[in-house]
Order: sequence, then structure tokens, then C-alpha cells
Amino acid sequence: MTAIGKVVRTTAFKLSAIYFVVFTVFAVVFVGWISRETDRILTQQVKDSIDAEIGVLADEGLSKGLTGIVAAIEQRSRIPGASLYVVADAEGRVVAGNVTEVPPALLRRSGLDPITIPYKRLEGENGYHYAMVQVLPLPNGLRMLVGRDVGEIERIRLVVAKAMMLGVGLLIGLALVSWFFVSRRVLKRIDAVSATSLQIMQGDLSGRLVVDGTGDEFDRLAASLNTMLDRIEHLLSGLKDVSDNIAHDLKTPLTRLRTRVEAALAGPDESGAYRAALEATIDDSDQLIRTFNALLMIARIEAGSPDGAMGPIDMARIVADVAEFYEPVAEEAEVFLALTLEDPLPMTGNRELVSQALGNLLDNAIKYVRSAEPGPAPARVSVDARREGAEIVVSVADNGPGIPPADRERVLQRFVRLEKSRSQPGSGLGLSLVDAVTKLHHGAISLGDAGPGLRVTLRFPTSI
Amino acid sequence: MRILLVEDDRETAAYLVKALKEAGHVPDHAADGEEGAFLAGANSYDVMIVDRMLPKKDGLTLVAETRARGDDTPVLILSALGQVDDRVTGLRAGGDDYLAKPYAFAELLARIEVLARRRKPGEAETILRVGDLELDRLSHTVRRANTAIPLQPREFRLLEYLMKHAGQVVTRTMLLENVWDYHFDPQTNVIDVHISRLRSKVDKGFPETLVHTVRGAGYMIRDSHR
Repeated sequence: MTAIGKVVRTTAFKLSAIYFVVFTVFAVVFVGWISRETDRILTQQVKDSIDAEIGVLADEGLSKGLTGIVAAIEQRSRIPGASLYVVADAEGRVVAGNVTEVPPALLRRSGLDPITIPYKRLEGENGYHYAMVQVLPLPNGLRMLVGRDVGEIERIRLVVAKAMMLGVGLLIGLALVSWFFVSRRVLKRIDAVSATSLQIMQGDLSGRLVVDGTGDEFDRLAASLNTMLDRIEHLLSGLKDVSDNIAHDLKTPLTRLRTRVEAALAGPDESGAYRAALEATIDDSDQLIRTFNALLMIARIEAGSPDGAMGPIDMARIVADVAEFYEPVAEEAEVFLALTLEDPLPMTGNRELVSQALGNLLDNAIKYVRSAEPGPAPARVSVDARREGAEIVVSVADNGPGIPPADRERVLQRFVRLEKSRSQPGSGLGLSLVDAVTKLHHGAISLGDAGPGLRVTLRFPTSI
Repeated sequence: MRILLVEDDRETAAYLVKALKEAGHVPDHAADGEEGAFLAGANSYDVMIVDRMLPKKDGLTLVAETRARGDDTPVLILSALGQVDDRVTGLRAGGDDYLAKPYAFAELLARIEVLARRRKPGEAETILRVGDLELDRLSHTVRRANTAIPLQPREFRLLEYLMKHAGQVVTRTMLLENVWDYHFDPQTNVIDVHISRLRSKVDKGFPETLVHTVRGAGYMIRDSHR
């Protein structure tokens, strides 16, 4: 693409061209109309003054005859001005008047309407003047010509034409200048968008458009494109993490499963050994299915397609139900489960997903507080749901070992399990699911210190 | 009982037919939706097992058409889509229960047996009895050998569900869905803990055990004298 071709193809250029044509046509029509009107009025004035002169001269002729007319013309010719007077004989020789040369053909004309002719006023003049004249017959074959110089009208015409040219010229100039600035700005910003898109297409998702803070449409476009890119980047990195982790965390049990079957086949041909191997295989595959389902579920929630619709729910009721569901588990593990509720806590959400998220938190808390070294205080998990301003805050705290601050952000990622928890059963997906569900409900998750122990706090807006 | 199995995967179908026969049932197999519709129209079944994705006519259409014909044979829908909204779609089309693939055969068997029983009268019984255990659904009281057993509301519903299906295997998932209305996997053996707590109230101190564990499947409440 040539540089000019590129410029011509820009929207800015096209718009400038359209505006330019429209303004030019408008200016030409307007100025043309003004000049035509001016011309008409001036010509009419000249005609009127010629008529008046003729009227005066005719009066002279009526009262004093031909000599009166000639005398009046002689007298008037001496007054400097734009008026022309000629009395000529039949051969075109000037008898009296203030013009030296008149085309003879003109004098033979006997029209009533004035016409415009070239003439010479002074002896030996080189150029011609223009005048509007009317020719009248006089007795004795003489002819009288009365007229007015129209040089003034010509000058006015010239001024109008100049103004028109200047105006159109200015318009062209203005259009070019504004197009230059507008298109340069637009092109620059669009080129920036193209360059960033190209960069992203080549695989670098970190590129973002420049938002210069002017708040114009380009800024808003850049801002929304950036938001979209953030979302895409997040989804893609999620996908990448998932595939990395699937590779690791699903391949490991699959390998184990395969090895076990292989070992059973290679071992002694006895049904007891086979049965044991098959039962272990079913357990392994169940665990794999469980992990797989959890992954799919998180992916679906994060992609924003929740299972079932969002509807009005009572968080207090959900928390109470889940706590009741896990209470026997806590009791069996000798963990004291304390529940503090503000009732009711209505909000918009999905009961099933919120229940599952809370279940995961409780399950984790009970599991880790139990696995901890027995401390001086009895093991305890407290669940708390209350309203704080426009938010509903649910927190699950235990007095177990807690999570070091450095690891708190990391445990929300898929498959991340801290080293000391590897011995516990679990997929490393529990907190990821809680995170995904919280975000689906436009809430925020934070992991803090319960002093001692871990406190997971979920904050949900009451209205989305 | 007579069972219609509509499943296009040859190997799964062969295995299910064999296993259903071993469990004492009489299964008919259809390999696609049209054959399934034909068999469903020609015969009378106690329960239908319909795969959701079928060649020629999909499972949901088959179920919807069966219902439109006025046939209310219980239907269990099998699907590789296990999410809650898919489940809702399946049940809305006229399915009575929904089982996500992959599933344990014990789970499938327990569910179809409960489904087939659901049709029989007795659903509205106000007093459920198993051996000397008696549950009054109106007064929400439980007695065993004329001794009142105080139960929490949820424990009552758990026992009620078990007794409603006395003599039948009830899986953990079925309990989770029907007693708690949860469709997710609680990871830990929460249901087992609830059952053991119920047992300690219902069976402890009595010579005969009523709540039994069915290995690899779930639980069953039954009176061993009958």
C-alpha cells in the first residue's frame, strides 16, 4: 500500500473530502447569487439614470429644439463624471459630446433598450472603456447617444469574483489543514490499535492500548478493548494453567492406575489379586472423575455460564444448612463447630454453587484443624455470616496451622496444594472452586490470619 | 421388572443388559432413538433408561414424545453432561431422574428400582413401618419398640427417605439429592457420618439392626425377619 493510497483510504480523508465538496458548492452558489443580484441592481440603476438623462434632454428638445439639445449636451459634457453624451451625423462623425470615437454601426441602431459597448473617451486613447448606452434619432439625420460608464460595475464584479476565489481557496486550505490534523490524530491512534492487535495476534497477550485520559471516543474504545483483553488474557492463562495442571495432576493418577493393572496382569493368575487390583482401579478412576468434574465445573463457572440460574437466596439459610450438613463430620473429628448468623441475609445467587463453595471451605477447615498438632486450645472452626453495609460477609476460620501470607494468593489457583497438605486427600481444586463461585457472584475472597489459623472471608454484594 | 434400555454405545449396552439380567430384570435394548420409540410404544415397561444423545432421535425428544402419548413409565436419563442446568433440562423434558456418566452400575440399579417402585400405591402412607420401627409423617415422631426416638429435622427426613424405600438400596448420591437437595460432591464421607449418627439413635441398644450398609452401593433399611 502506498503512503498516498493509505491516506486516501482513511475515513478522515473521505470525511474531509465530502465536507470540502459540500462547502465549496454551497459557497459558489451563495457568492454567485450575491454577485448576480448585485449586478442586476447596478444595471438597473444605470438604466434608470440613462432614462432620466434622456428625459431631461427630451424636455430641452421640446422647449428649445435641436440646438437646445446640442447646447445641453455641450454643457453637460464639460461636467466630469460617468455620463456619456454624443450627437453625431449620419456618417458617424461626432458633432458634440464627450466621446471621441463611437462604432458607426452602433449609431445606426435605434433600439429602445440600452446596450453595453466599448468606447474611447479621449483623443489618442489606447484602450476602450465600457459603457451602457441608448441611441435616439434626432431631426436632420443626426443621432444622439446617451450612456453611462459601467467600469464601476466591472470593478464590483471583479471584487466579487476575487472574494469568491479567495473564499473557495480559504475553504480548500482549511479543509486540508483540518483534515491533516484530524487524520493524523485518528491515524495515529488507529495505527496504535492495529499495532497492538498485531502484537497480540503474534502471541503477546500483555499488550494494551494507550488510554490518554481525554475521555473521547477513542479513549473509551481503548478502555473497553483493554477490559476485553484483560478478560481474554485471564481466560487464556486459566486455560494454560489448566492444561499444565491437567498434564501433571491427571497424568500422575492415570499412570498409577495403569501401572497397577499392568502389575496385576504380570503377577500370579489368581482371582483374589485381580479383584484387589480392580477395586483399587475403580477407586482411582472415581477419584479421576471427581477431579475431572471439579475442573469442568470451575471452567464453566469461570467462563460465566453458571449451572442453573441466579435467583433470590438467603445466605443465612444456606450457611446454616451447610453447617448442619458438616456438623457431624466436625463432631466425629472432635472439632468444635461454632456458627454465628445474622438472619436473614437475602441476596442474588445460586444456592447449589454457594452451598458447594461453603462446603469446600468447611471441609478444608475441619480437615486441616484436625491434622494439626494438638495445640493448647481445642480444635475449633467458626462460621460467621453477617451484613456489613451493602455487603454480605461470610467467613470461615479455624485455629489450625493457617497459611503463610506468601502462599495465600497461590492456594486459590488450581491444583495448588501446599507441601504439608499433600498427605491429605483432595484435589487441590477446592479453593479454586470457592474463588470461581465468589467471582461469579461478583464477590471477593480474601485469606487472612485468624491468629492462630486461617480465616477465609467471602464478601458478596447484596444486589448485582 | 421389564426395562427398556436405549443406549447407542454397543459395549456399554451389552454390559448393562448382562448386569440387569443378573440383577433379575428383563431388559430390552434399542440402539437408537427411533427403535427406542417403537419399542416404548409397542410394549409396556416398568422403567425406561434413555441415553440423552442418541442417533436418529435424541433422548429428550424420545422422552417428550412418550409423555405426550400419555405414557407415564418412569424414565431415567443418562447423560455425559452432568451439570445442574443439563439435569434441569432433562427433568423438564419429562425424565424422572438423571444420572451423569460415568456412573457406577450399583447407582443405576438403585435408581431404577426406586423409580419403578414410585409408581406403586402407598406413596401417601402417613405411617411408615420397618420391623418395630415406626415413623409418623404427620406428627413427625419416630418410635421403636414403643420407645420415642427424638430426631433432628434432617435426621427425620433421612430416616423417612430410607423407610420410604425400605428393602431397596439407596445410594449416597440419592440421599444427598433427596434429603439435602445438594447435587455436588461433598468430597468427604459426610453421608456416612450422618448415617452412623442416625444408626446410633435408631439401632443402638436394640437387638436387631435395621439400617444396613450395602457394600459398594449404599444403604438399605430392612427388617431381616421378613
